[in-house]
Amino acid sequence: MSSAQAVGDLVSQPYKYGFVTDIETEKIAKGLSEDVVRLISSKKQEPDFLLDFRLRAYRQWLQMQEPDWASLGYPPIDYQNIIYYAAPKQQAKKASLDEVDPKLLETFDKLGIPLSEQKRLSNVAVDAVFDSVSIATTYKEKLAEHGVIFCSISEAVKEHPELIERYLGTVVASNDNYFAALNSAVFSDGSFVFIPKGVDCPMELSTYFRINSGDTGQFERTLIVAEEGASVSYLEGCTAPMFDTNQLHAAVVELVALDDASIKYSTVQNWYAGDENGVGGIYNFVTKRGHCRGDRSHISWTQVETGSAITWKYPSCVLQGADSVGEFYSVALTNNCQQADTGTKMIHVGPRSRSTIVSKGISAGRSSNSYRGLVQIGPKAVGARNYSQCDSMLIGDRAAANTYPYIRSQQPQSAVEHEASTCRISEDQLFYLQSRGIGLEEAVSMMVSGFCRDVFNQLPMEFAAEADKLLALKLEGSVG
Amino acid sequence: MIRSDAPVLLEIRDLQARVEDKAILKGVNLTVRAGEIHAVMGRNGSGKSTLSKVLAGHPAYTVTGGSVTYRGDNLLELDPEQRARIGVFLGFQYPVEIPGVSNLEFLRVATNARRGEKGEEELDTFAFEDLVRERLKVVQMDPAFLERSVNEGFSGGEKKRNEILQMALLEPVVAILDETDSGLDIDALRIVAGGVNQLAGPDNATLLITHYQRLLDAITPDYVHVMAAGRILRTGGKELALELEQRGYDWVDEELAALEAAGDRTPVEVG
Repeated sequence: MSSAQAVGDLVSQPYKYGFVTDIETEKIAKGLSEDVVRLISSKKQEPDFLLDFRLRAYRQWLQMQEPDWASLGYPPIDYQNIIYYAAPKQQAKKASLDEVDPKLLETFDKLGIPLSEQKRLSNVAVDAVFDSVSIATTYKEKLAEHGVIFCSISEAVKEHPELIERYLGTVVASNDNYFAALNSAVFSDGSFVFIPKGVDCPMELSTYFRINSGDTGQFERTLIVAEEGASVSYLEGCTAPMFDTNQLHAAVVELVALDDASIKYSTVQNWYAGDENGVGGIYNFVTKRGHCRGDRSHISWTQVETGSAITWKYPSCVLQGADSVGEFYSVALTNNCQQADTGTKMIHVGPRSRSTIVSKGISAGRSSNSYRGLVQIGPKAVGARNYSQCDSMLIGDRAAANTYPYIRSQQPQSAVEHEASTCRISEDQLFYLQSRGIGLEEAVSMMVSGFCRDVFNQLPMEFAAEADKLLALKLEGSVG
Repeated sequence: MIRSDAPVLLEIRDLQARVEDKAILKGVNLTVRAGEIHAVMGRNGSGKSTLSKVLAGHPAYTVTGGSVTYRGDNLLELDPEQRARIGVFLGFQYPVEIPGVSNLEFLRVATNARRGEKGEEELDTFAFEDLVRERLKVVQMDPAFLERSVNEGFSGGEKKRNEILQMALLEPVVAILDETDSGLDIDALRIVAGGVNQLAGPDNATLLITHYQRLLDAITPDYVHVMAAGRILRTGGKELALELEQRGYDWVDEELAALEAAGDRTPVEVG
């Protein structure tokens, strides 16, 4: 067998998280209408301002067109054939984890996210979201001692409505784009983080999203606010069972950093990607944006995208504050029939704002992987600087990689640098490693993880090793 | 060092191989015993580099006939990584660059793969660093090369030193060095040859594939083989290399033509 063929075989491996939890679920009927939006809001007993926000977004959505500019191909989505709210049947939110349905705890255990007191990760607080609701948040009390709020967004709406009203929709407006409008109308749950002035959050915060139901869309909303001088590192993880239908995931994440604040947001996305023929898998249409509102504020996005049938995602930074810093570090791995169109936007508004973009795309099988990025330097961004590096790696000869960098500068006193490269894992490189006793799988995995190192180095330490393992797993399979 | 009672490490019998549709090896015979240093010489295109790649298991080459046994076992049925683990080493003529893979980590994984096969325990990062620092001396290499990506941006000489460093770490039983002298200046050649000499011992064997005599000034072979048209045409002692140096390869062509005219395909043993 030729090694090109062996590499092809290597990249097919079963999805570990494809199980379904058998649990009684409360679902509303399929379809979307103003009544559905009202029903979701009333189920969550929301204040009027939020219902108004949802209804406005819904009406805007009705007027909008689904975007078609990305390098993605998929059949039309029937928005009336989706369930917009599903929740495991239990009392809204439990005071203690002992009262949470053991099946749910077991599910998260199986996913490697133990929530119970004894087994939980020692320095990571976790918010676990199952279908449309958050089922548990660990370490809340410990965080509260520092004034840090970490809870589900539904809970925040009830307990801190003033913060939600002040910040929700201020980074990603409800009419920002088609999917953001849809999310604004029907979002169910997600996480809320608030770090007060001067506080350095004492532990890593993490949200784990799990889609369980087959015909349900997931529309979570995350909002993170870091006040003056505050800092936080946050990580999200995602998995879903294997279904032969496609499920829609349209999330919105908003980050706000005030003067001297710093937010580090990391994602390890491993939604079900569909089978080797492209049947099933998650459609992942996500709007993530950070607003460096304050001077010297700092927002850093790190993403490891390995799952989903379709990924449409551009975590961005609006660098409004003087001397603010935006970063985007991305690894996107596509295999089989996966399609990814992902990248970032760095909008330089403030003087001397700086941004760094490091994107690593790996395409295997018949997949397609595109980097799409915008660097925009506004007229007031004197002395702004950007550095972009976009590298693609091809495995096999049927995969595609594209890079679409857009640069717009209205400020002559600014500097934008862009570097791009494409490489293929060559037979000679593999043979070299093999001839030193290193097996084919390990050789591929060494090269891929070497290719991604610049990005993995940005992940919180606890997760860098996980990401490395996840990628190795994605590329593992039977050889020979 | 020739000892007729030394165990046979490598036995090549009538080996034939092709790349794509082109036959390159047309019946190679060679016996290598422990403690011996063999030089395989020949013009470009004579098949000597192909021989080294076939022995290491390069997937682009297909064996079409003959056999190779390594310490009594069929070498040809093993994957390249398995051959390396049991002690067959190929020093590359053109070592490839592998961006992003740390040289140190690569050397450690390779060393542990070989140690595992020998039943030795794996070395952790610290124990390995100690070992590698000691072995660096064999090739007088700067430790800074450990921190870089495998061969990336290395000069020709640095790449070859890195090959010999790998050999020093893997402690092969049969080391095949393909044109290790090509592209080296005189100082680098001396260092690389010095490394090979230090590593050669009574229990291992070295197969030097080379075009020029100059490597053999620094490493004294026990046998010199001249390859032409995919076969070993002549075998002799170290003086054969000197003869080649003086007379060039033209006489090889003449001899080959004469043999082919006579329909004789058996190699000539000269002793």
